[in-house]
Amino acid sequence: MTDDIEIKDKAAWDAAEKVADYEHGWSSDIETDFAPKGLNEDTVRFISAKKNEPEWMLEWRLKAFAMWKTMEAPDWAKLNVPPIDYQDAYYYAAPKAKPKLNSLDEVDPEILRVYEKLGIPIAEQKLLAGVDGGEDGGLPQRRVAVDAVFDSVSVATTFRAELERAGVIFRSISEAIKEYPDLVRKYLGKIVPMHDNYFATLNCAVFSDGTFVYIPEGVRCPMELSTYFRINAENTGQFERTLIVADKGSYVSYLEGCTAPMRDENQLHAAVVELVALDDAEIKYSTVQNWYPGDAEGKGGIYNFVTKRALCQGRNSKVSWTQVETGSAVTWKYPSCVLNGENSVGEFYSVAVTNNHQQADTGTKMIHNGKGSRSTIVSKGISAGHSNNTYRGLVRVAPNAEGVRNFTQCDSLLLGSLSGAHTVPYIEVRNPSAQIEHEATTSKISDDQMFYAMARGLNAEEAVALIVNGFAKEVLQQLPMEFAVEAQKLLGISLEGSVG
Amino acid sequence: MLQIHNLHANVGDKPILKGLTLSLNAGEIHAIMGPNGAGKSTLGYVLSGRPGYEVTEGSVTFNGQDLLALEPHERAAAGLFLGFQYPVEIPGVSNVQFLREALNAQRKYRGEAPLTGGEFLKVAREQAGALGMDMDMLKRPVNVGFSGGEKKRNEMVQMGIIDPALAILDETDSGLDIDALRTVGDGINRIMRKPDKAVLLITHYQRLLDYVKPDFVHVLDGGRITRTGGAELALELERDGYKELAA
Repeated sequence: MTDDIEIKDKAAWDAAEKVADYEHGWSSDIETDFAPKGLNEDTVRFISAKKNEPEWMLEWRLKAFAMWKTMEAPDWAKLNVPPIDYQDAYYYAAPKAKPKLNSLDEVDPEILRVYEKLGIPIAEQKLLAGVDGGEDGGLPQRRVAVDAVFDSVSVATTFRAELERAGVIFRSISEAIKEYPDLVRKYLGKIVPMHDNYFATLNCAVFSDGTFVYIPEGVRCPMELSTYFRINAENTGQFERTLIVADKGSYVSYLEGCTAPMRDENQLHAAVVELVALDDAEIKYSTVQNWYPGDAEGKGGIYNFVTKRALCQGRNSKVSWTQVETGSAVTWKYPSCVLNGENSVGEFYSVAVTNNHQQADTGTKMIHNGKGSRSTIVSKGISAGHSNNTYRGLVRVAPNAEGVRNFTQCDSLLLGSLSGAHTVPYIEVRNPSAQIEHEATTSKISDDQMFYAMARGLNAEEAVALIVNGFAKEVLQQLPMEFAVEAQKLLGISLEGSVG
Repeated sequence: MLQIHNLHANVGDKPILKGLTLSLNAGEIHAIMGPNGAGKSTLGYVLSGRPGYEVTEGSVTFNGQDLLALEPHERAAAGLFLGFQYPVEIPGVSNVQFLREALNAQRKYRGEAPLTGGEFLKVAREQAGALGMDMDMLKRPVNVGFSGGEKKRNEMVQMGIIDPALAILDETDSGLDIDALRTVGDGINRIMRKPDKAVLLITHYQRLLDYVKPDFVHVLDGGRITRTGGAELALELERDGYKELAA
């Protein structure tokens, strides 16, 4: 079962390492532009200048930077993170590609090769036919438009022409800032305010790229949209920013995938994702997070400090977060829904796997301000090795929100005897009409299950992967088909070496 | 096909099998009977490699291979099937997924091409149909919410799909009503009564043997075979009990 993916994965790592691992910096395989190392006002100005940003954007960044300097990193999560030296990193690293890309042919072939080895569809020839609005002959039934972000910049966005015919705007955020300033200004920083938290504020100051999506009123986005993030350069933080606006009665399904090569040092990833759903609009946001988790001894890996929040502003609006978190040395992430609209719906489906020395503190916040708003939380945590996996969630019901309902289910599965599972639910109800349910279980894979599967022909790792996939099924089936298959394999791979 | 010689095995520190010797040839069905605690289930677990069942002495050869040197999944791929006395539930994993992955893992181990979804479903449909199990049940999670009888029937469907060379069936008859007993018995005959296959039936009662005629019946008592005979031995045991026999 895991044979294909192991080879694919190894090839991907090899490719990434080949691109990344050499003695004299970044001049041979992929030429990279760096901002000077370290973080100060000049860094912020440098990034803004590199992006040819309008003045308002630079001012916004500088304001955020000034604010960030007065803030401290949060320490309430159940995470053990050594102090991060923010001066010892690059905040901007861009492949030296041609400035304007009309088609993927113009992307540095070396970058395309990396994506191709990773199995990312931007490099598929079949898919490329769609870049310039070409004929649809030979295209697969389900297509996914991709925005590929390599280190700090977006290198390619596919299917743009076809999406534009439907009125859908799918752009890197740098482009959107220039092309659709009014739309961006209306929502940027409105869902996750600049002062929200230490990492979000930092992101405001130094974000380098990301994705902007606008779905106009009444439009069902004709294909899945996807952003693929990759941290490639050494000592580089990645700070991307995603903003999705779903106008009245529209629908979009958006996928996000991430990888990074193996490196001995820790790298920081601090993203902000903001979603807005107006009346009757629906956003389905799926993530498969596979950042490098560090080695078996806990050396290296990505520090993943991400702020994701959706505003269900309109009546009957709906946002569904689905995440499969298998990577990163440290994960700090709480995709949330602010349910302001009457009868709005928030959903959170999560599988978080930790192995070796990984630490995850993840969950959601469902803020019920609207009457009749409903939310569902299904969290599946799987801990192996020496890892710690925490679900942290908040369900809050405002005083005037009548008829709110929430259902929460938190299940933890432990492998081995050295891992930890923790569940920290916060429930704040200020309206007596609310119906709140919380269920939680903690279990281990039983010897009986293992032996039963092995007696039928599965080896120990295959047996664990199968049982874990069964445990996580409710969440995995929320993912779009292609992602579900990838996620299933990932769960197996992430737990390799955790048995026997 | 299977040669067990002077097999000694412990569970924890406790010796359970104490010098068991037994040979099965292809085309034969052997029944092992014996009182509670005689070591019948232990024999099944030892042969299929369950962790915690430690062989301290003796040898087991399966089609010329040293069976005891193989991991449980390797034994399965080599053609050994254990029908569980208490089939295990695996929530969230459908029978179809479970069996397809298991079968393809075995095929991969043997260097055979995996079955596609379509090929697998054809086999699964045939086997389920022959055992009177509808496909909806195969799509449900493995043994979850199955009655005792359904679980045993499911074991037989699994056996039919995997199509092993040697089946060790541990009290497959327990918990079955008369009709189910007949269905299961017919299944064993249909799947395993072949010149190149063999069966080791572990049972308390002779009633399954009304449907599956054994070529040999062995009495396992105190961790070793104390008596061997033909099918008539089972009837004698049914009439006189194990105590009488031991006396």
